[in-house]
Amino acid sequence: MSSYLELTARQRIPALFDPGSFEEFLPPSARIVSPHLAQLDAPVSFDDGVIVGRGLLGGQVVFGAAQEGGFMGGSVGEVHGAKLVGMLRRAIDEQAHAVLLLLESGGVRLHEANAGLIAVSEVMRAMLDARAANIPVVALVGGANGCFGGMGISARCANTVIMSEEGRLAMSGPEVIETANGVEEFDSRDRALVWRTTGGKHRYLLGDCQVLVPDDTAAFRAAALQAIAEIRAGSASLSLEGLLEEQDLLARRLRDTAGLPDPVDVWRQLGVPDPAAVPMLDTDAFMQLAAPHRAGGPR
Amino acid sequence: MTWQTLANQLFPGGHDIAEHDNFLSGSGQVDGQTVAVIGTTEHVPIGIEIALAQAQAILQTVQRHPGRPILILVDTQGQRLRHRDEMLGINSYMAHLGKCVDLARRRGHAVIGLVYDQALSGGFITSGLIASACYALPQATIRVMGLPAMARITKVPEERLTELARDNPVFAPGPENYLRMGGLHAIWADDLANRLAEALASADPADGRMALGQDRGGRLLAQPVAEAVRTGGHVRPA
Repeated sequence: MSSYLELTARQRIPALFDPGSFEEFLPPSARIVSPHLAQLDAPVSFDDGVIVGRGLLGGQVVFGAAQEGGFMGGSVGEVHGAKLVGMLRRAIDEQAHAVLLLLESGGVRLHEANAGLIAVSEVMRAMLDARAANIPVVALVGGANGCFGGMGISARCANTVIMSEEGRLAMSGPEVIETANGVEEFDSRDRALVWRTTGGKHRYLLGDCQVLVPDDTAAFRAAALQAIAEIRAGSASLSLEGLLEEQDLLARRLRDTAGLPDPVDVWRQLGVPDPAAVPMLDTDAFMQLAAPHRAGGPR
Repeated sequence: MTWQTLANQLFPGGHDIAEHDNFLSGSGQVDGQTVAVIGTTEHVPIGIEIALAQAQAILQTVQRHPGRPILILVDTQGQRLRHRDEMLGINSYMAHLGKCVDLARRRGHAVIGLVYDQALSGGFITSGLIASACYALPQATIRVMGLPAMARITKVPEERLTELARDNPVFAPGPENYLRMGGLHAIWADDLANRLAEALASADPADGRMALGQDRGGRLLAQPVAEAVRTGGHVRPA
């Protein structure tokens, strides 16, 4: 086993793609950095925290991006966002087999506030453009920084979200909510609560992530290959029928969880036997217990 | 401006927009055509219920009125900051809304955003910023977050941010800066009905905001970087 969580973005790319096949677009040697960080005396990075390019995955040409959580939390600024958008547009130009997004991000980079906000919306639209061109878009969430803010929204614009239990997927981080509404609302130091609320197991049970894998690069790779094959067997683009189903799923979730304060209550409501034991289970044991009860049914 | 005043100015031909728990929906007549309207009012934070209600209104428009233009009226202080919203996956509700808007656009609905009061952060990404084109009234407030909060998180002194916000469109709030960055297509100062009719007629389904930001001098690197990645070329800043 090789932990996905502990790798940097630059280590994840070769671990996911076929060995030696990945070609990076606008690599660090191009020296393209954020134009906005210097005036804040903030450090810059020669890749602006994201690697974009094209490689082989299982022998097929797949475009990919990996966000580096170690650089400003993987946040999206002007250059970071533009690299993602350019890669997605090129994937369409070259009719890629699929796009793989290794997401690890706090969302909009506040140092580039307005540029980051617009950039995230451009990334979302570019992802949906790729899907409209029938190119599967698969998001992997398993980094230590999780996937939050605008990138938390973007992840759910992908065809499939693959997570590990350790991955977290949400909108506002617990610290932000605690700051806004008090520790009674969300205690950010209660790590068990944080993971119950935003972690991979909960997202899988709710139907917001389609595949849960152990924290292992080989498992992520295998799940990505399988997801791409499954999406390509159907259609990658949005459909009215698909969105009506999602509308039903999300409406049912609201209705069925009225008054339930904790994810454990939600799991119980979904019919998971012994929901209190869920956080302690390893991925295999969890899947055996949980898969039949997952909202949205089996894949 | 209240939403009622706004609706009357936008739709001199009449409208049936109604407000329910700060969620606006209905339709209006402009330039001889019917426009579907969804929106929010009183700076309401966008929680899972409102995002879902907006998505439902979009899907109903697509089903019942193919091709009918859609106007999104934006007034929100941002996403709702509650444990329950996060537990139930508010990011999924927002993404769903964004996907519904995207589907409508691809099926031939012109989708226009209009920030008539406030637009902040997460609440803006899947409303005005996912529309084909977004506009604002001159007095609108648009930003990611307030400078004091931004100073706390970035650890950059607030005085320094305040100084930068005076002439730097990257930090400064307000529609003029979002216009320079390409995030807004235009600011509507008068004759709103006429402006809306023009916007509907010129709505472009392609995302041209990077080029706008470059042309207007507010975002100089986004377009060259995206283009260099796309074509395998080099970055030539404007």
